[in-house]
This record gives sequence, C-alpha cells and structure tokens, in this order.
Amino acid sequence: MTTTHTYDAVIVGAGGAGLRAAIEASDRVKTAVISKLYPTRSHTGTAQGGVCAALGNVEEDSAEWHAFDTVKGGDYLVDQPAAQLMCEEAIDAIYELEHWGLPFNRTPDGRIDQRRFGGHTRNHGEAPVKRACYAADRTGHMILQTLYQQCVKRNVRFFNEFYVLDLLMQEGRCAGVVAYELAASELHVFHAKSVLFATGGFGRMFKVSSNAHTLTGDGPAVVFRRGLPLEDMEFFQFHPTGVYKMGILLSEAVRGEGGILLNGEGERFMERYAPTVKDLAPRDLVCRAIYQEIKEGRGAGPHKDAVWLDVRHLPRDVIEEKLPDVTEFARVYLSVEPTTDLVPIQPTAHYAMGGIPTDVDGRVVVGPEEKPVPGLYAAGECACVSVHGANRLGTNSLLDIVVFGRRGGKHMAEYSAGADVPALDAAPEGDTAAMLEGFLTRTAGENTADVRTELQDAMFDLAFVVRSEESLTKMREILAGLRERFERATVQDKGKVFNTDLMEAVEVGFLLDCADALVEAALARDESRGGHHREDHPLRDDEHWLKHSLAYRGDDGSIRLQFKDVKLGPYVPMERKY
Amino acid sequence: MADLGDVLEAGDRRDDTGKVALSLRIRRYNPEVSDESWWDEFALEMEPNDRLLDALHEVKWHHDGTLALRRSCAHGICGSDAMLINGRNALACKILVKDVAPRCTVEPIRGLAVLKDLIVDMEPFFAGYRSVLPFLVDDGSAPDRERVQSPEERHRFDDTTKCILCAACTTSCPIFWSDDEYVGPAAIVNAHRFIYDSRDEAARERLKILSEKTGVFRCRTTFNCTQACPRGIQVTQAIQEVKRSILFERF
Repeated sequence: MTTTHTYDAVIVGAGGAGLRAAIEASDRVKTAVISKLYPTRSHTGTAQGGVCAALGNVEEDSAEWHAFDTVKGGDYLVDQPAAQLMCEEAIDAIYELEHWGLPFNRTPDGRIDQRRFGGHTRNHGEAPVKRACYAADRTGHMILQTLYQQCVKRNVRFFNEFYVLDLLMQEGRCAGVVAYELAASELHVFHAKSVLFATGGFGRMFKVSSNAHTLTGDGPAVVFRRGLPLEDMEFFQFHPTGVYKMGILLSEAVRGEGGILLNGEGERFMERYAPTVKDLAPRDLVCRAIYQEIKEGRGAGPHKDAVWLDVRHLPRDVIEEKLPDVTEFARVYLSVEPTTDLVPIQPTAHYAMGGIPTDVDGRVVVGPEEKPVPGLYAAGECACVSVHGANRLGTNSLLDIVVFGRRGGKHMAEYSAGADVPALDAAPEGDTAAMLEGFLTRTAGENTADVRTELQDAMFDLAFVVRSEESLTKMREILAGLRERFERATVQDKGKVFNTDLMEAVEVGFLLDCADALVEAALARDESRGGHHREDHPLRDDEHWLKHSLAYRGDDGSIRLQFKDVKLGPYVPMERKY
Repeated sequence: MADLGDVLEAGDRRDDTGKVALSLRIRRYNPEVSDESWWDEFALEMEPNDRLLDALHEVKWHHDGTLALRRSCAHGICGSDAMLINGRNALACKILVKDVAPRCTVEPIRGLAVLKDLIVDMEPFFAGYRSVLPFLVDDGSAPDRERVQSPEERHRFDDTTKCILCAACTTSCPIFWSDDEYVGPAAIVNAHRFIYDSRDEAARERLKILSEKTGVFRCRTTFNCTQACPRGIQVTQAIQEVKRSILFERF
C-alpha cells in the first residue's frame, strides 16, 4: 500500500542543515521534513569543538582572514566567492543562533567566547587566532538542540523514521521523493514542488570512522542513481585524533586548548612538519604526518600503529570544564585517565568534502556549465558548494550547515511559492518496490553485513590517508566484486514491522555507490591535494588539476567523469606551509 | 607530572587483544510472531573493550537479522540506544563488554509501549517534552549582535543543556511507569534548561505548566533518573529546583 502526500517543500534529513532549511521554508510554504532518525539523533549533535565566525570578541579578526584560511585550508580547490560569502554571513548566523537560545560559553564581560582551532589564523597565516565560538565541547549538540527547539516552536511537520529511497524526476524537474516508513514497511510518495537533500555524510564506507552507523550517503546515492553528478568525491577528510581502533572523534579543540601529539619515542613530531602552527596544522597535514611517523617505525602503543595525544600538562579546570566529553570518551572507551596517561589515537574517516554539486543558494547544478535542476536542492555535508575544497577546516562544517541550510531553505520556499505542481507518472514508487522485493523474496544469498564489512576493510586499506594508482585499481576491482555479491544479497527479516535488516541492506547499496564515485574520481586525479594524497603523485598540480571532478553513473552502470574549473578569486594558489 | 619515559612505557604495555565470552540474553517481541514477549540467548566471543552495542550488532549481523534496535552515533551522544541492561537503564554504546561479561540481560526501556524487540514507542515521551515550551521565549528585543550573558548566568543552567533526550531517566521513573499523565524527568530537565536561562522570558508559564497535576509534584525523589542519566545530569536536583521555584513563586 502506498500513501501519497503533497507538499510545496520536502526536506530530507533533520540534522543541522535540514532543520535550518526547515525553519526557513516552513514559515513560507507547506513543508515536510523526512528523517530516518528522530531529528535529535542526527550526527550534527556529535560535533564538539566549535563554529567559527570572525566576531573579534577575544582578539582582532576579520571575515576576510577567515575566507583566506578557508581557501588555503582547502588547498585552493575552494570556490572562493562561496567561501567569502560563507565567512561574511557567518557573523549574523552566530548571532541568530544566540538569539534562538544557543548557550555559547561566555567571556568575562558576557560576550560569546572564542578559542583557537586548526588552520584558523590572523592576518593570512601569521599566528593562530581565537575564532571558534563554542558551547563546551558539545557545540554541535547545542546547535542541533537549538534548531530542533525552533522547529518545535514553529510546529514543523516531521516524518520520523522514514527512509528516502528514490528521487522522482519529471522532464528534468524535481517532482518529489519515495520514502519507506520503517514502523509499517509502507511506501510513501511525497509529491513536491521542491526537495532539499540534507542527509549528511558517508564515512561508514571506511572501517575506522567517526561517523554514525547511519551515515551511509543516502542522499548522494539516490541522486547519483538518477543520473545526476557527484562532485569532488575523491576528497574525504581523515581526522587525526580518532579513538584508537574505534574511530570516535576526539575534538581538535583538545589541541586548540593546548594538547599535543607525541610519537612512540615521546617526540612532539608536528614541530618538524608544521613549524609555525605545529599541532594546530590542518587535518590532512597532521594525518599524513601521523602516517609517516608510523611508517618510519615511530608509532606508539603495543602494535606501533598509533600516536599519543597528550593533555597531561593542561590545567585540570580546562580538561574538566572545556573538554569534558573528550575526557569522558578516553575514560569510557579506552579506560585511560587523560590527566595522567597518554591517549592512543589514529586517523579516522570524518567528513566528505564532496557531494551533490550546488550553487550558493543550494540549487543542485549539473555539468561544467552549472545548469540548475529546477526544484532540487542540497545542503550540508551531502552537498558540495564548494566551500571546503580539498580539505575542510575544523568548525566550518557547522558554519556550512547554518549558512547554506538557511540559503537553500529560503530559495526553495521562494521557488515553490511561484511554481506549479509538477506532473507525476502513475505508480512512481515502482522501482523502489521492486528493489525491496528483491531482498525480501530471495531466500538464499549474501549477507549484506559481510559485504559492508569487506567494503569498510578494503577502503581503509586502499583508499584512506594515502592512495596510489595501484591501491585504487585494486579497490575498483574489489568494488566490482562486492556489487556483484550485493545484487545477490538477501535479508533474514521478511517482516513488516521495524525491518531494520532491510534498511541496513539498502544502506549498504548506498555506500557502494558513493565508494564507486570516490574511487573513480581518486584514480583520475593523479596529483595530491588536501585530503586526497597519491603516493605516486605526491605534489599538487595546479596546471592540470585546479578543477572539480563530476562523476556520473551511466545507464550501463559505468561511471563517466567531467571536470569544471575552480572559481578563483583574490587568493592566488601558493604552496601550503604552516 | 610523571616522567615521560614511564608514561610512554605504560602506554606501550596496554594491550587489549584477547576475547571474552559473553552470554547475551535479549527480551524479544515481534507482533507479527506472537502477542507475548520471549527470551533469546546468544553465546558470543567479543573483545573486552567492545561496546555492548557491538555485541548486539554481532547478534544482528551474524546470528539473527530480525533483531530490532535503534542506534546511530555509537558513542553516547545521539541518545538512540537506551535500554534496560542488567536491570538498569543505560546506553548500549556506553557499556563495555568487559564490564558486563560473562552474562548480560538486555530489555527494552520501561513505561513506553514495546513495538518490536528493543524498540519502544517514543511519541508519548516527545509529547511530554513538547508540552513544556522547550524553546527560548524572548521579548523580541535582541540586539543586532549577541545578548550579554555573564559566565555565572550561563553556568546556572549548564547541567541541563547536556540532555540528549534518550529517555533513560524518564523510563527509569516508577511514577512514570504507573502514571501516563506525568511528563517525566526529561521534560522537566528541558524546562529547567530554559527556566534558569537569563535570556528567557517564559519561566512563569513553564512553572505553571509544571505545577499542574501532570508536573513536578508527582516526583517522589527516588533518584532513579539521576542514576540512569548517561550524561551525568543531576536530574533529581533539577526537579527539586523547579519544585522550589514553584513554591517560592506561589502559583
């Protein structure tokens, strides 16, 4: 049985970007938010350290310096006009959150307090600057709660535990989505003038990841399957300080507050790699430094495959009051007392710089000419504006979701107010029903959990911090084999009540699509830039590669790549030294 | 501070290899199978530092795919996987196998209708949350930039900002089990977060809501909620503060 709903605006995902868009759209047009989780479960809530804006509350700062850091941090793959816009709008975005009640930490005179964060500097790289606004080390939690509170206040219509499984297109125009209701195994058609994807990342394709189990690239995969491009998928951020083996994030705020990294010999090795900012270098540089230390035999721990995070020298009140959650993670998951012991860490898959290509109003755009798809929007981690380029600076993800969530929500509402209802074919849920039927009717076949585990292991070994043509070619072959097995896969649960077995299987398919796009784009890009490091091409190559990749899935299943120029601006690409 | 050499050596000695046996008993329910719940038991081999959530995944991925549970972040922030674990409410992702092995019993949280296995109907819980005006109410006179709030004013409600709405507190409360009108501890925590925020203007309205028969005076101060909170919020104290404010304000 299928139920059909009609809305002006449908938002898919209820993390920071989706909720911010919902606040904007629901004031103007008939809006629904579809989320596979209860909104407050979204992964925005796990962001710890802060959200940057050049408020200048603690020391001199400017939006222009912030934009420079963002462009340089992104290894010049950032579209500079978009970064300038984000850094300028950051200031009002923070005040807006404060006005909605976000409990920022305060300076002694009652202003929003700010602290240092990796890659954020004064005057174009002179020294670290205090730019990150924060609420202890649960800034993302407070942003998610605050935005959800504003949605409750506005009585926004939520469809919780509904999984969006298909995008409906009609003559090049977005016409809605198909969603699966987990509680009852029913399909719902959301017939809509506009749809905004805000489904977050896909870090679960890697074995060690800071991402939630539910971050499986649903939005990008659904869009990709409909022949639309994914941009810059080769650029994935690995975060230096993941809890050893588990990948749980220990915020960069630890180093912002003075924590340092030590190798197995007790040496503060970042002094060699980034003499100016040391442990506060951008994440890609620190990850490669850790990789190098381990490779050269200076790793730490029983297996010499970690390094140490050291906070023993920090004042007790800083550890307990400014970093309470991080401290608790070390105690709970590692049984380590960070005030007296060293904390073992390793790089963890953290953030997708790439995703669904959009302009600064959240409109999904196709091809080098950036032709908008009428009615289709994306915002947040699943989108690629591109403000993060080849490597996102810490805190800029929380900024991205509030700035571009707002802009996308506003534009989709204005578009929907002036658009007619798109046509819709009969039974538009047919493809989705057939896909689910496949899993439910096959009685023997692969277990999708095994396919997922093998995907995660292989991506960790072959497409992680350091890659090469050889490793990526091997990964491509593995992916072909995994897909073949996935298509024969089955699920054990054949029921109609909370069939999470079925939805996990579908999510594995989404991960495979995202991994396909990542590996193809990473193979093509024979240079090293930001989060994409090719051992066989270790240098950046601006002559050939100052451009974004666009990956398309063809009707025959093959992937085709296109490229589009980076939008430059005032900042001329130069060597990235810190 | 201890000598760095000693600390490094201690770190290198910490080894976490080796498996432990875990017998995991799970209360099951599936309305498509039976009107009654039943128990299943699984014999697992886990790493000592695995989370109980990892053990539940091991069951789901390699023993019985029909097991239904909610989870997302797996490190105690999203609030999805509150369960009754060895008789106490906790998040399955914050309990380590070594702390519950060799035997562990897992049941759904109490006081909310079980829909399947460890999944309960969260709607009454969120209805309680929504009833206390869980959002900042101001007089519309915010300045162009941020409002000023002193660190002391900010600190006043810090504890209750940590709430992740996991329902561990509310579903550990014996009053909530027997009285479906009581808003429960989590809703009061979220009211507290705004009542004592110097920027908020609706404290009186919230205190009025909580002074009604569904509100704070149902609480019998059993402290179950404080013990259950995975975020370490002093829930009972927050409820007592709200009670005192109501008495002081004489509603």
